[in-house]
Amino acid sequence: MSGQEVLFEYLLRLGDNALILGHRLSEWCGHSPALEEDLALSNVALDLIGQTQLWLNLAGEIEGKGRDADKLAYLRDARDFRNLLLVEQPNGNFAATMARQFHFDAWHYLLLRELTGSKDARIAEIAAKGLKEVTYHLERSRDWILRLGDGTEESHRRMQAAIDDLWMYTGEMFESDEVDQAMMREGIGPDLASLHEPWLGLMRSTAEEATLTLPQPGWAQRGGKRGMHSEHLGYILADLQFLQRAYPNATW
Amino acid sequence: MYAQMVKTGVDHIQSKEEMSPEERAFQDRVDQNIKIEPKEWMPEAYRKTLIRQISQHAHSEIIGMQPEGNWITRAPTLERKAILLAKVQDEAGHGLYLYCAAETLGVSRDELMEQLNSGKAKYSSIFNYPTLTWADIGAIGWLVDGAAIMNQVPLQRCSYGPYSRAMVRICKEESFHQRQGYDIMTKLARGTPEQKAMAQDALNRWWWPSLMMFGPSDAESVHSAQSMRWKIKINSNDELRQKFVDQTVPQAEYLGLTVPDPDLKWNAESEHYDFGEVDWNEFYQVVAGNGPCNRQRLRTRVKAYEEGQWVREAADAYAAKKAARAKAKAA
Repeated sequence: MSGQEVLFEYLLRLGDNALILGHRLSEWCGHSPALEEDLALSNVALDLIGQTQLWLNLAGEIEGKGRDADKLAYLRDARDFRNLLLVEQPNGNFAATMARQFHFDAWHYLLLRELTGSKDARIAEIAAKGLKEVTYHLERSRDWILRLGDGTEESHRRMQAAIDDLWMYTGEMFESDEVDQAMMREGIGPDLASLHEPWLGLMRSTAEEATLTLPQPGWAQRGGKRGMHSEHLGYILADLQFLQRAYPNATW
Repeated sequence: MYAQMVKTGVDHIQSKEEMSPEERAFQDRVDQNIKIEPKEWMPEAYRKTLIRQISQHAHSEIIGMQPEGNWITRAPTLERKAILLAKVQDEAGHGLYLYCAAETLGVSRDELMEQLNSGKAKYSSIFNYPTLTWADIGAIGWLVDGAAIMNQVPLQRCSYGPYSRAMVRICKEESFHQRQGYDIMTKLARGTPEQKAMAQDALNRWWWPSLMMFGPSDAESVHSAQSMRWKIKINSNDELRQKFVDQTVPQAEYLGLTVPDPDLKWNAESEHYDFGEVDWNEFYQVVAGNGPCNRQRLRTRVKAYEEGQWVREAADAYAAKKAARAKAKAA
């Protein structure tokens, strides 16, 4: 891969995470446990959709084939998506959504914080904007881990089950492949492995306060970053891309 | 108009002579356009009618999230998706302001939710129609929000302070919603033949239900007369409907779309459009629970509420534990 191709791949990963998680959160609108949560979940989804536009537009620019964020979001098939497996997992119950969110937010926060120092000024700029939003996302999802973990017996049981279920999708966030390594060498992106300890620290302190138990380290599901997804992604795309696929070349 | 056929519980309009001194003083304040605030004395029928009207409006916002929410995951571009999500989010916010306004009249949000979930409370008939294509999202913004604005703009001047202030905030957002709806329709009407057909089909399906939103003629209604006397209703249903038709027909023409009413024509004498008779039988059927989506809408709402029960309980339990810990620490 040329330098530009690697950078394109890297930006797709950033953009696709935001796109798919934003999509998942938008599924909650009108169905959440309280009106306040309809508002809050939509806010987070809106932030992520905004970040998607920034990352994918930049990706399209780097690629130089005339694709913008919409073309990239709406006209690629599942094998070309580069998001983590974690973010495409179904919403499940509210505990599952919040556990997914907290695992991702903590990593996203650490990643964007590093990216604000990227040698690529465009990336640093988007990261700085995103970091402000994600700082708030993390505060909010952490708060829900505490409330549900240390709420009632039922909420504790559900939150523990959610964390146990999702844990195997978190390992992928810290594994570097040749794309991550190339970005690291050029001072564009951080060493993903270096995010693991601070991430675990936050997981541990939060779990302790929430009276939850973190699962033992185990086998990590991986593949999202390279286009090997779960069955869920296809259905997300079937919804997301329906109009663009059914009416090719129409503008909306 | 998100509140339809709100009953006042009165059987005739009292003359000033029939009123008690308190009632007379209250009516004088209303007549002088002095806002009524929550702690002031008010007739029981005024309070109850307002609760009915405001909660019906709030419920409409909440149920109204469903037909549009139906297209959030399928919006055709990232920008359209963000705009639609923000719009549906605004509706949740409107519901929240309105429940708060109703709470100032001595009823809790939980009680009102219970009335909605049990099927006892009404919400606007319009939200019992399905959104079948993307053009329906445009049609709802343009027509449904357009009709709602017709009613809500005058209500900014209504006599009850908290309701009037909620309306001021809501109207600002509604006019943005209407513009985005018209913008979707414009794009479709100028798009491919398939898109234009989609837009026309949406107009065909939403036109009459939009006219029904204003409710049947209330020229003879004692409830409407009483509500107008109290200034919680400003215009008659027919006036608002006429205004809506007059405003909307030229917009449809500008889009190159045809309003599905063979009797529609400009009346140079009255300087208004004449239009055909609404199918009030259909309206009453929808209000009675027999619209295409009544059951689905209510089921979805109840499901969200019931599935959220353990979350709300957990949040309460956690807040109580936290407060107890803070207290123990302070002691």
